[in-house]
Amino acid sequence: MSPGTREPSLSAAATWSAPDPVNQPMIRHFVEAVGDENPVYVDAGAARSAGLPGVVAPPAMLQAWVMRGLKATQELERARAGGRGRAGTAPASAQDEVLARLDAEGFTSVVATNCEQEYFRPLVLGDHLSASSRVESVSDEKKTALGPGRFVTTLTEMFDQAGELVAVMRFRLLKFRPAAPSATTAATSAGATAGAATAGAATAGAAAAGAPARASREDLGAGMRPGPVLTRDNAFFFEGARLGKLLVQRCSSCGTLRHPPAPSCAACRSLEWDAVESCGRGVVYSFAVVHHPQVAGFEYPLVVALVELEEGTRLVADLEGVAPADVRIGMAVEVGFAPLSPEIALPVFRPSAPSRK
Amino acid sequence: MNGRPPRSLPYESVSVGDKLPGLEVPVTRTLVVAGAIASRDYQDVHHDPELARERGSPDVFMNILTTNGFVGRFVTDWSGPAGVLEAIAIRLGAPNYPGDTMVLSGEVTAKLGPSERSGSRGVVEVAVRGANRLGDHVTGTVRVGLPMGRAPDPDTRSSPEGTVEGTPGGTAEGMAEGMAEGSPGALA
Repeated sequence: MSPGTREPSLSAAATWSAPDPVNQPMIRHFVEAVGDENPVYVDAGAARSAGLPGVVAPPAMLQAWVMRGLKATQELERARAGGRGRAGTAPASAQDEVLARLDAEGFTSVVATNCEQEYFRPLVLGDHLSASSRVESVSDEKKTALGPGRFVTTLTEMFDQAGELVAVMRFRLLKFRPAAPSATTAATSAGATAGAATAGAATAGAAAAGAPARASREDLGAGMRPGPVLTRDNAFFFEGARLGKLLVQRCSSCGTLRHPPAPSCAACRSLEWDAVESCGRGVVYSFAVVHHPQVAGFEYPLVVALVELEEGTRLVADLEGVAPADVRIGMAVEVGFAPLSPEIALPVFRPSAPSRK
Repeated sequence: MNGRPPRSLPYESVSVGDKLPGLEVPVTRTLVVAGAIASRDYQDVHHDPELARERGSPDVFMNILTTNGFVGRFVTDWSGPAGVLEAIAIRLGAPNYPGDTMVLSGEVTAKLGPSERSGSRGVVEVAVRGANRLGDHVTGTVRVGLPMGRAPDPDTRSSPEGTVEGTPGGTAEGMAEGMAEGSPGALA
């Protein structure tokens, strides 16, 4: 936002008219899109049989009547790109100004999070709405799965041509600063994994800590899943995983094994180390079944196990191939590897063959 | 659709705990784009995969207005055309990306009595959940007004799987119970 732009008042309401009255073509586009075959939206006789005055609009379509449309959206985007708060013909709403301000703060992405609508009467063909909208609140900066952001809540009242209130809508959206690609739940670029120093999913060398996902997942899930942060300490571990080997760091001085990877030996403080390949077998030392919060890229309930390897070290990884209710501490498991991207694979454990279902 | 008799669920036939027949929605790019444009939402993340990726999303994703449309449809598919939606409150979680499937499930959570809008309808509250393989895409609450105060006409359906025909001696509650049990499409 350019210097000198005033702070928008949250209470300033913007009012505008729907570009078109409630009409059959727009209704038809909408009901066909969502596959809604309710006849009251297209058939006056059926509507009257259902006790309605005539064809009505799908109530859930409410917001569509007052959307700004393509032209104004493009003007607004051009204006934002040019550093101005809003465009000439776009609705000059307080919300636009708040959003522009948040753009300027770096919260450039937007996602809708809540919508509460109340309908006081069905809208019939010919009803012409006007909307009055104001920003109710802008939250402090929050950490979200998508990145840091601020929630903006607007309240919009919809009136008919007679000035009667016909509906209200409270709408909440998140303006956020996209986190480094591999750290977002919506990440795609697996190649950017190594650069994602801010990734929160796999911190401090907790190699496979809690972040691995399903070997069975298709590309969609794989693209969504946060990847590990690669460091000089843990790079060997993931290089091994990529090659299908579960490696354990070993102190070159005293031979003590350690995991997660770390620069020095806790037993003798030596900085010299190499790695040995685990046999890949172990037992469930402990586990958790994650139901909430749900992060994109994972399947829930998600069984995350702390596996004690036969070599004696423990690591955190997904446990697959067993129903959450059937997981037992002490059950024998063996490792497999789930590709996260062409460069990254994560160890995933499954019940050992004898007890596998 | 012309001439299709409106068959709707009467308020009296519904019980708290009734499950709605499930609805599976295969999410395609066509659906995402059609829903966005039908709701006049031209945000690029709903129609342009390349720009969506630039914004940190793996693909285009369904806009909230389309989700709202599905939630409304899901409830009126169950209630029949005489069911009048009075409120929809939803919260979005995991995005609906092309290639995924959203499975809507719902349950009657309250019977709120006569509608403030019309004395001939009774309001039922339904909890709705739409899950995809990433988690809950949408959770919410819908209030729908159902015809009340008259005996169910013989044409009235109790669920898409069956009608209340043939249960003249049954109470409304009994019918509703039978309906809940007999709805193979209902999802817990």
